[in-house]
Amino acid sequence: MSRRRPAASALACALALAAVPGVPAAPPQAVHDVRPAQVAPDVQAAQAAPPAPQPRADAATLDYRLAARALAPGVYVVEGANADFTRANGCNIINTGFIVGRDGVLVVNTGPSRRYGEQLRALIARTTPLPVTQVLHLNLHPDYFLGNQAFADVPRAATAATLEGMRAEARAYEDNLYRACGDWMKGTEALLPDRGVAAGPLVLAGRRLELRELRGHTASDLVLLDVESGVLFAGGLVFVQRVPTTPHAELAAWLASLDALEREPIRTLVPSHGPVAVDARGIGQTRRYLLWLDRSFTAAAERGLELHELLAQPVPEEFRGWAAFDTEYPRTVARLYPRYEARALRAP
Amino acid sequence: MLPDSTLRSRRRLLLAGAAVLLPTSPRAAPAEDAPFGGDPYGSLQWPELRKEFLGRDARAAFDPRVVVRGPAFAEDPMNVPIGVSAEGLQDVERIVVLVDRNPIRKVLDFEPLAAATRPALSFRFKLEQASPVRAAVLTRDGLWHLGGTVVESSGGGCTVPGATRRDGSWTQTLGQVSGRLFEGGAGTFDGAAARLRVRVMHPMDTGLAAGIPAFYLRQLSVHEAGGAELLRLATWEPVSENPVFSFDFRRRPSGPFRITGVDNNGNRIEGRL
Repeated sequence: MSRRRPAASALACALALAAVPGVPAAPPQAVHDVRPAQVAPDVQAAQAAPPAPQPRADAATLDYRLAARALAPGVYVVEGANADFTRANGCNIINTGFIVGRDGVLVVNTGPSRRYGEQLRALIARTTPLPVTQVLHLNLHPDYFLGNQAFADVPRAATAATLEGMRAEARAYEDNLYRACGDWMKGTEALLPDRGVAAGPLVLAGRRLELRELRGHTASDLVLLDVESGVLFAGGLVFVQRVPTTPHAELAAWLASLDALEREPIRTLVPSHGPVAVDARGIGQTRRYLLWLDRSFTAAAERGLELHELLAQPVPEEFRGWAAFDTEYPRTVARLYPRYEARALRAP
Repeated sequence: MLPDSTLRSRRRLLLAGAAVLLPTSPRAAPAEDAPFGGDPYGSLQWPELRKEFLGRDARAAFDPRVVVRGPAFAEDPMNVPIGVSAEGLQDVERIVVLVDRNPIRKVLDFEPLAAATRPALSFRFKLEQASPVRAAVLTRDGLWHLGGTVVESSGGGCTVPGATRRDGSWTQTLGQVSGRLFEGGAGTFDGAAARLRVRVMHPMDTGLAAGIPAFYLRQLSVHEAGGAELLRLATWEPVSENPVFSFDFRRRPSGPFRITGVDNNGNRIEGRL
């Protein structure tokens, strides 16, 4: 009770409220073996869109049982549970990734905890003999950088806006994830990026990588395209079969960013949350949800509904079937509806 | 904050003129020696809370006609949305909202002064930790009718400064009033004819965030065209920053509405909707 808490905007992180009971843990599935780099990556399998392997985290040993799945030669995804933060999944609900170049490895996001970062780095070492030479953070959210302690010796890059946001929210993120996932978080302290990055070509010897800076999910949303393979790391802009998180959302900007994404030559889309998709359908899912939110909140505010009455309004079947609906949707209502109310109350 | 006797009699007259008097009685008499004073939430704080805010000798009973709606979990502990309705009761004089485990336990005290005003309101408040949220509804026969809900929380609503306090913008908006009358009807607002939503810009500082003294709205009144006072609300620190209130009416009140009020520093609130 006396513990000092982050203030409103910090609380408004998707994770502030993560310790909600009743979220089903990821279904237990077979642990997928790491594919050694010398084995030809199973690109066919990736294109056939296999169910996302969701390694069952082991709470007794605090082992996330991370597995790397090749989406294209040298392009790997490390898939988290499609769920909300729970102790059962160790707060691992993010898809991180790494791209192997000629001389070194680029890591895309470092996961929710120090332990995750360490296990990710060990997984990379088991996958390729090449050293990790760069870390890239696609936005400011906690599971994009709380694994950074394992990459303290590696250059870590984020945009200026993302770095600023991380600096403001880091303490709150630590508190919230400790509260949600306890022992999994032991020893985790935010280690911030140490350099900036801008949109454009990203240098990784032996690969053509393009970085775009969009916005709307947060103030700065990076997406990373591996040009040869068409694998796009879409960060937080696209959610697949998972209710989008909105702690820093600006819906109009987000929708414009989705339009921009649709023009990219995407063959495989890696969302930060939800299964990897072999096409761009996640963009449509996210757009439908955001448009519906906007329409539904506008209509409710114009009718004079209270927040708790809005929560009792019907929600389309499609969205109710996505992961984390029971927790994420009420959070979004609590966070975004007051803006619509304020607008409606100012109207004549 | 108790109304003086003049106001009280005037209100009685209004109520007596309007209400259809049906015999009503709460289901159970208060069980003085039951554990937790007969509290359905089993709250250790309740017996003392009751003495302090309702009075040592108050007659009080839990009553299902007092409906308190709130979220199971406080997604934003600085803005927990609550709806209270005692529409099933006749001759309601006051609705007092109390939160057992908040550092400041009294949230507001609502008087539906006019016959047109339903004994119902919605608001948001700051919740410090998981707690029962109660409405104590006083009817003219002197009986308190009690209802509530439990809101879970990961904590921390009362001891941090609000957004406009942190960025300093509260000085630009202090006391601004906005709002709108919404048409009710079948299926909307529990059948009320109309709803007035009022927003008053105020930081509502609790005094519990380091270095920021308590600074909050104390009272708010809504008058309809012609001057009749529709309702009066006394508020305390736990009400959320830039509060939004919803008031429901049995008949559509006629605007323009005059909103008046005062905060604990003596700043006057004056608005016209």
